[in-house]
Amino acid sequence: MTTDGHTIPNYMAIFWWLLGLTIVEIGWAILPHHSKLVLAGGIVAMAVIKAVLVAMYFMHLKFERKTLGVLFASTLILGLILVSVGIGELRLPKPGYPHGIVNGQQ
Amino acid sequence: MEHAEAITFDPHAEEDRTSTGIPHDKMGMWIFLCSEVMFFTGLIGSYIVLRYGSNWPDPKLTLNIWLTAGNTFILICSSVTMVKALEWIQRGDVRKMKLFLCLTLLGGSIFLGVQIFEYRHLLHEGFNPHVSLFGSAFYTMTGFHGFHVFCGVVCIAFCTGKAFLGKYTPEHHLGIETLGLYWHFVDLVWILLFAIVYLI
Repeated sequence: MTTDGHTIPNYMAIFWWLLGLTIVEIGWAILPHHSKLVLAGGIVAMAVIKAVLVAMYFMHLKFERKTLGVLFASTLILGLILVSVGIGELRLPKPGYPHGIVNGQQ
Repeated sequence: MEHAEAITFDPHAEEDRTSTGIPHDKMGMWIFLCSEVMFFTGLIGSYIVLRYGSNWPDPKLTLNIWLTAGNTFILICSSVTMVKALEWIQRGDVRKMKLFLCLTLLGGSIFLGVQIFEYRHLLHEGFNPHVSLFGSAFYTMTGFHGFHVFCGVVCIAFCTGKAFLGKYTPEHHLGIETLGLYWHFVDLVWILLFAIVYLI
């Protein structure tokens, strides 16, 4: 069926995908991992896939004009820059103190 | 008279669109959602910086993953019922639209109820916002999201009332679509928060 110029997606299929990914995500979180990076990477990847599914199909971004996609993506890019700068700052030495000195104490 | 006609504005006219071809209500909601993206990115970004800049406890030892997983399932279901409400009004079935709006309202209310239960339990256990950096970040992020859910539930209740008054028709249902955008965004943010705050 077509309304508003686009075919109505199969929402139940998206629901099953979201449910399946949530179950896998929880399983991945419970499983013992040697590396925290592997744990975090897997969970973030699955969460991002779920978020993209919601945005594309439930929010109809896939069927909307490109203007909305560009608008939404631009804020995401700005957000990513913000987070990257924050993470980058963690790697820098604290200003005002020489290496090895924290809160004025060696 | 001609001038008076020129400035007449019908907010319900769906053909009243911006230069982009997108209706004003919908465009306004998208711009609002973009500002919300920045807001939540700020919160999540701060959380990441705080977390990896200090010793952080394992969230799974403090938080009830299973309870929140159930709550996540309810929010995803409410997102599906919201989109089904839109689908049914587009197909011309007003009765099913009302049913799915009521189910969405129920889902949102259950989510809030479970979150209040979780907060009460955690506070009783001594995990409060000033006990640690983790506590502070947890309550700030989930609290702001909960507030967004609360606002969504109020708006859904309002729209459900309007639906029962017969204000939505297959031709005029932009309110449902715009509200749906907000509700799906709230779901989208929770998907990310659940992963970052509870599972990692």
